Amino acid sequence: MAVKPNKQKLATRAQGSTSRGARARQRSPVVVLVATRKGAWLYHGDAARKSWRIDGPHFLGHVVSHLVLDPRDGRTLLAAAKTGHLGPTVFRSTDLGKTWKEAAKPPAFAKAPDGEQGRSVDHTFWLAPGRAADTGVWYAGTSPQGLFRSSDGGATWEPFSTVNDDPQLREWMGTAQDGTPDGPKLHSVIVDPRDSSHFYIAMSGGGVHESVDGGRTWKTLIKGLEVPEGFGFDASKPTFHDPHCIRLCPSNPDRLYQQNHCGIYRLDRPSDTWVRIGKNMPKRVGDIGFPMVVHPRDADAVWVFPMDGTSVWPRTSPDGRPAVYATRNGGKSWQRLDAGLPAKQAWWTVKRQAMTADAVDPVGLYFGTTSGELWMSRDEGRRWAPIAQHLPEIYAVEAATVS
Amino acid sequence: MKVLIPSALRSYTDKSEAEAQGATLAAVLANLDSQYPGIRFRMIDEQDRIRRHIRIFVNGDQARDLSQPLAAADEVIIVQALSGG
Repeated sequence: MAVKPNKQKLATRAQGSTSRGARARQRSPVVVLVATRKGAWLYHGDAARKSWRIDGPHFLGHVVSHLVLDPRDGRTLLAAAKTGHLGPTVFRSTDLGKTWKEAAKPPAFAKAPDGEQGRSVDHTFWLAPGRAADTGVWYAGTSPQGLFRSSDGGATWEPFSTVNDDPQLREWMGTAQDGTPDGPKLHSVIVDPRDSSHFYIAMSGGGVHESVDGGRTWKTLIKGLEVPEGFGFDASKPTFHDPHCIRLCPSNPDRLYQQNHCGIYRLDRPSDTWVRIGKNMPKRVGDIGFPMVVHPRDADAVWVFPMDGTSVWPRTSPDGRPAVYATRNGGKSWQRLDAGLPAKQAWWTVKRQAMTADAVDPVGLYFGTTSGELWMSRDEGRRWAPIAQHLPEIYAVEAATVS
Repeated sequence: MKVLIPSALRSYTDKSEAEAQGATLAAVLANLDSQYPGIRFRMIDEQDRIRRHIRIFVNGDQARDLSQPLAAADEVIIVQALSGG
């Protein structure tokens, strides 16, 4: 299907301060890609990241789980979409969203033999471009949990690796009852930038897994991760683990950070033991949340967005007071960053794909809320200002550099 | 035969009514997909199941099996069945 989007050439202006240094060091325009429950929007920033041109909605009414720009060409966009009625698909644009074409073969599980109950993809949840050298290669994580690969820029997709059919992994994935409310998800598909046969994946639920042989075999990577207390769960069993988001540090590919159902963790390879760094967060805030954002150049710097994970798991900002927390020393200490954010009675939160960083110096941070607000900071979190309000529930936010 | 297309799928057909041929519902949907690539997968999953919020009626009766035989004069109506906000 070829699609022509609605376009609004409007301008909006985010408030807040910008340092002269930021403007001086800005080289390329940043585009912020916003995927929502009812469509997608692109926000094109000016050189100072102060004013934003709106392009959207694209796919109005579609549930868009992820919208990603190919960093290898700075022009190609992939959108993972479905509607309430229709099955899942992937749309592709090679002109930064001016025109779209549907994938000829979207991610789909293999047809089950007669008499067996096969799985069907409900939605593609996570899109990840391959390494810089692997032109046209993309990976997709789906719900229910599956891993897929495209080698033609997202036009056709095939099941990838042994994940989809491995009996042990399938057992750890469990059923719809074991996953997130809108379906279990395979996410955080990470390719080692140094080695195209080295992968990390995360399963909600089902733990973290690593392959060093191109996906032929997988090894669990859950040592050090805690499981919910009081239920007698065995922490050595992947089925009890729910990684929310894992990120690899671009400046040090041997370091990963994870926002987990049970805390914030860091892993420094070759160790296989995660270290809980969230225990240094303020007790009244805790270290439960979904997104995890790594600094593009400093492996000691990360940002998280804590939520209320107490009692019945309200999954709102703790006390209705939203804040980003940052560490600059690998998790030894954390700093609250809430200047510009609502001081009280703000009960939204941020989903796992809905917070990100650009590559500008100083780093721009962006997050989208469950209440449809898009926020940004031009100074690494010290001051926040809204870019957009009144959008549908935001599922994913990516910041990319346009070529 | 005549196939009525719901609004959610008209981005494929650009019209509310399409013509398709086939001796079974499966064959008609395959023919429809050859004319409008991608339309079948939005209605039928990879296990050949009609998707949860899609209903297909043949001459007013709901079809539940893709192997259902069809005649050239039959009318196929595809309906999007979903409510909520």
